[in-house]
Amino acid sequence: MKSCRVPGRGRVDASRPVTFTFDGRRYGGVAGDTVASALLANGVHLMGRSFKYHRPRGPVSAGSEEPNALVGTRRGPGRFEPNTRATVQEIWDGLEVTSQNRFPSLSFDLGAVNDAGYMLFSAGFYYKTFMWPRGFWDKVYEPFIRRAAGLGASPTEEDPDSYASRNLHCDVLIVGAGPAGLAAARAAAVEGLRVVLVDENAEAGGTLLSEPHLQIDGRPVWDWLASELSVLKALGVRIMTRTTAIGYYHQNMVGLVEKLTDHLPALPADTPRERLWRVRAGWVVLAQGAIEKPLVFNGNDRPGVMLAGAAQTYLNRYGVRVGDRPVVLTSHDSAWFAAFDLQGAGARVQAIVDTRPSVREDLLHEARALGIPVKLGHTATASSGRLRVKSLRVNPVQGGRVGAPVTIACDAVLMSGGWTPSLHLFSHTQGKLAWDEEQTTFLPAETREDCVIAGAGRGLWGVQAALEDGAARGRGVAAALGKDSTARAPRVQGDRTGTGITQIELPTDLNAGRAKAFVDYQNDVTAKDLRLAVREGMHSIEHVKRYTTNGMATDQGKLSNINGLNIAADALGRPQPQVGLTTFRPPYTPTTFGALANYHRGDHFELTRKTPIDAWAEAQGAAFEPVGQWRRAWYFPRPGEDMEAAVRRECAAVRGSVGIFDASTLGKIEVVGPDAVTFMERMYTNPWAKLGVGRCRYGLLLGDDGFIRDDGVIGRLAPDRFHVTTTTGGAARVLNMMEDYLQTEWPDLNVWLTSTTEQWSTVALNGPNAAKLLAPLVEGVDLTEEAFPHMSCAECTVAGLPARLFRVSFTGEIGFEVNVPSPMAMQLWERLWQEGQRYGITAYGTETMHVLRAEKGYIIVGQDTDGTVTPYDAGMGWAVGKSKPDFVGKRGLARPDLVAKNRRHLVGLLTQDGSRLEEGAQIVFDPDQPIPMTMVGHVTSSYHSEAVGQPIALALVEGGQDRMGQTVHIPMPDRTIAATITGTVFVDPENTRLKI
Amino acid sequence: MLLIHCPYCDETLPEVEFTYAGQAHVVRAADPASQSDEEWENFLYIRSNPKGPHYERWRHLHGCGRFFNAVRDTISDRFLTTYKAGAPRPELSSLLGDRT
Ligand SMILES: [Zn+2]
Repeated sequence: MKSCRVPGRGRVDASRPVTFTFDGRRYGGVAGDTVASALLANGVHLMGRSFKYHRPRGPVSAGSEEPNALVGTRRGPGRFEPNTRATVQEIWDGLEVTSQNRFPSLSFDLGAVNDAGYMLFSAGFYYKTFMWPRGFWDKVYEPFIRRAAGLGASPTEEDPDSYASRNLHCDVLIVGAGPAGLAAARAAAVEGLRVVLVDENAEAGGTLLSEPHLQIDGRPVWDWLASELSVLKALGVRIMTRTTAIGYYHQNMVGLVEKLTDHLPALPADTPRERLWRVRAGWVVLAQGAIEKPLVFNGNDRPGVMLAGAAQTYLNRYGVRVGDRPVVLTSHDSAWFAAFDLQGAGARVQAIVDTRPSVREDLLHEARALGIPVKLGHTATASSGRLRVKSLRVNPVQGGRVGAPVTIACDAVLMSGGWTPSLHLFSHTQGKLAWDEEQTTFLPAETREDCVIAGAGRGLWGVQAALEDGAARGRGVAAALGKDSTARAPRVQGDRTGTGITQIELPTDLNAGRAKAFVDYQNDVTAKDLRLAVREGMHSIEHVKRYTTNGMATDQGKLSNINGLNIAADALGRPQPQVGLTTFRPPYTPTTFGALANYHRGDHFELTRKTPIDAWAEAQGAAFEPVGQWRRAWYFPRPGEDMEAAVRRECAAVRGSVGIFDASTLGKIEVVGPDAVTFMERMYTNPWAKLGVGRCRYGLLLGDDGFIRDDGVIGRLAPDRFHVTTTTGGAARVLNMMEDYLQTEWPDLNVWLTSTTEQWSTVALNGPNAAKLLAPLVEGVDLTEEAFPHMSCAECTVAGLPARLFRVSFTGEIGFEVNVPSPMAMQLWERLWQEGQRYGITAYGTETMHVLRAEKGYIIVGQDTDGTVTPYDAGMGWAVGKSKPDFVGKRGLARPDLVAKNRRHLVGLLTQDGSRLEEGAQIVFDPDQPIPMTMVGHVTSSYHSEAVGQPIALALVEGGQDRMGQTVHIPMPDRTIAATITGTVFVDPENTRLKI
Repeated sequence: MLLIHCPYCDETLPEVEFTYAGQAHVVRAADPASQSDEEWENFLYIRSNPKGPHYERWRHLHGCGRFFNAVRDTISDRFLTTYKAGAPRPELSSLLGDRT
């Protein structure tokens, strides 16, 4: 295999060979290589296929802005990542790399027929192509889109790596460790300032790594760099490499992602793959440099066509000559130096083709001295070569006329359209940009953040300028932080400065309508697409972007946005600032979900709250269901039982003898204070003033709009103390609402609110034998009908444990809720379980609880109500203290719509064929009406009821309370079910079963 | 992520400790029964949606638990000031003074 490695060049370690595979074939690289540099060293430019046309593509850049060379990387089973940029991924022994978007192989791809069907996929094709004919959608378009959609392939295995996150506070955060960032760090690193310098590359240095000819302070640049880094470390600067600043958020919060293991051949134990850093900085210095612009010409995407600066980096940093016979095509001085460097490394540069009619004399002189042919005032109109560029067709341009072509044979085209300041993070701050006519680019203007830009980001060119600007900005930031810094930039020798002009798509003598002059490589957007979009009425860059998808790929238009803007502005005949610039958004480069989720995955994604009885229920084989964040026992199947059988047995046990139920998840709020009763009077609909100590009452909580928010039984334990219970899911919400009214509407009330949900665990006993089971265990209360009637409460001792005992029922049977301190709950449960054996005590879960309460017509807030149901709608007008002057929701209940006739009322439903309704099913009065039918309500609860002998349902039905006995209809996909409206209480309407 | 000054704790803390609680200075009438339907509708539902400074309530939920008021610029998201519940509404001119 051909080697393009140049001995003695670059910073890679030629003495440490590394072997990896690309599409199953073994390749050799050296330590310090990226996938791209190692493949280029082997003469391989073809690394991928484009997204839309499946055109063969090679790397166009040498950094994170790369749009083309996206690959899949694998590290054994489970560790696969698609869309990794080959220009960033470092190689290690055993790394498996695969190309993407090709079938069956990279060099022969059937999807490339899309390329021939070019007209079909031009601008707006998403909106136009797939509209008709209708029947084509299922068979042709959708399968095509599904096959073509997305880049790469999603990993199918769960990610075995771990990810971490940390907070970091510093005085100065500097993003980018090129010359500007290094100088800024040196200037800011004064006594007492915590300075952090981050860079996405494997090593600090930025452009200095690609310019080894420089001398700084009289020393070879790389020697200077090494000693400067040790000085910075000695000064306490924290230098973080392989660390990308992904987003700039409010008030100088910057998100970093540090890659810790992707470059290592063996994974160290207990090391996360990536770490997300949340940095809060006093000042931020953005020193992210500039990104080179491609030139837009027909065939500018063939493998071998790349940015001139990238070729310089491959040569000077990686020791790789990207071509033996390159052509340089440029509108900027910088590419001339690339030509000189390559010529000096043994390449025979075929020509420097510059679009400008004249350039600096010293450049011409050096080209002449090196024997490089020069063509000024030329355009490029085509390239050839299927999997690697073979020639470039160039023509002179004079007075706007494109002359006769000349074809130059070559194996690489190194292009430069000038440079764009990298202002992505600045843009995240909503920072304002100002158009610079001279440089034809946007420069940073102002931001609300404590943030400065240094170096090429401000349009400055050259290493000396970057060092000086960095030092000045560093001193400025130190001064803003109250420190005096005297650091001065070092002197640079051999600095290569230059200028250039901005080009739209290059002029051509060929049919521009057939040109494949790419602006956005990753999304396959051409100059022609942009002009078509403008012709079709897209006049803002935001519309042009969405219509063509220019800049919408994973590189966020790092290479394409400015070219796209220039071409759109030209097509519109308006200056660029009037056409606008699209906003960059985080993340700066593609970021793994792992880094963003970090610790919050699996069991740590969302916490699971468990009651003290949870382990017992699990041991009994309970099935669980999530309720809010709680895990609740749903039912307790015996061997061979399904859910229906288990629930039927549990229901029968409660109605026949006694059931035990873990109600610990009930929300509990202690309302205490001299004004506690006044507060309760104002919060809940019910009257509380006359509720005696030792009594409890069902309480209904409304919003001020008059709709039901929550409910629960509330006991008065002392004149100034209420034990409030809430629904399981409503506990936090209710406490928040109470605090809101107490703090902001009635701050004069002397009341304390305390959540006690987790302090008290609640065990419910229900059934005809509940009192018999419990009575012998209770000290301090006589469990008789006279001494402790239904809706009593008391502080007492149960099974020797301090308890709050409530006699309440959510089943229609004799019921008790025993609250004990949570650490004692299991002790209570086991004792009741043991003593209950003589009554055949049965543990039941939430499903049985739901059935039993539905049989009694007790509502579940949020299931039988939906935020538009009043107490009257729910048939609970009895719970409203009408004579109270005010309570939350009282005025709301008098609103015109809430007193209107024909509101939806909660009623019972019994199907006429004995079938069970589906919860959520819609209800109509007339099943024969045309579709769309007028829907008059829906089923809210539906269960099979053993006690009733048929399924029962609760439903909200228009005017339901006035339609008792009438028939309504529930249309289902296969048939329409008729049901009779009934009351909501299906079992024991006289409540005779509540009596001991 | 924003930094928010809790006027009760007198500390500037990250946004994750706080929850938004709607527009500020929406007063529940002392005698709701005296309110017309329109007045009650205004109290319940009608809110301003300004581009610029907005009077709003926040709660230091994962801290002292207190509700307090704030003026926040809805364009920049930035808090111009925070103040205790019950304190008078600050004049915008004094808050915006140093921005012009
Ligand atoms: Zn606070």
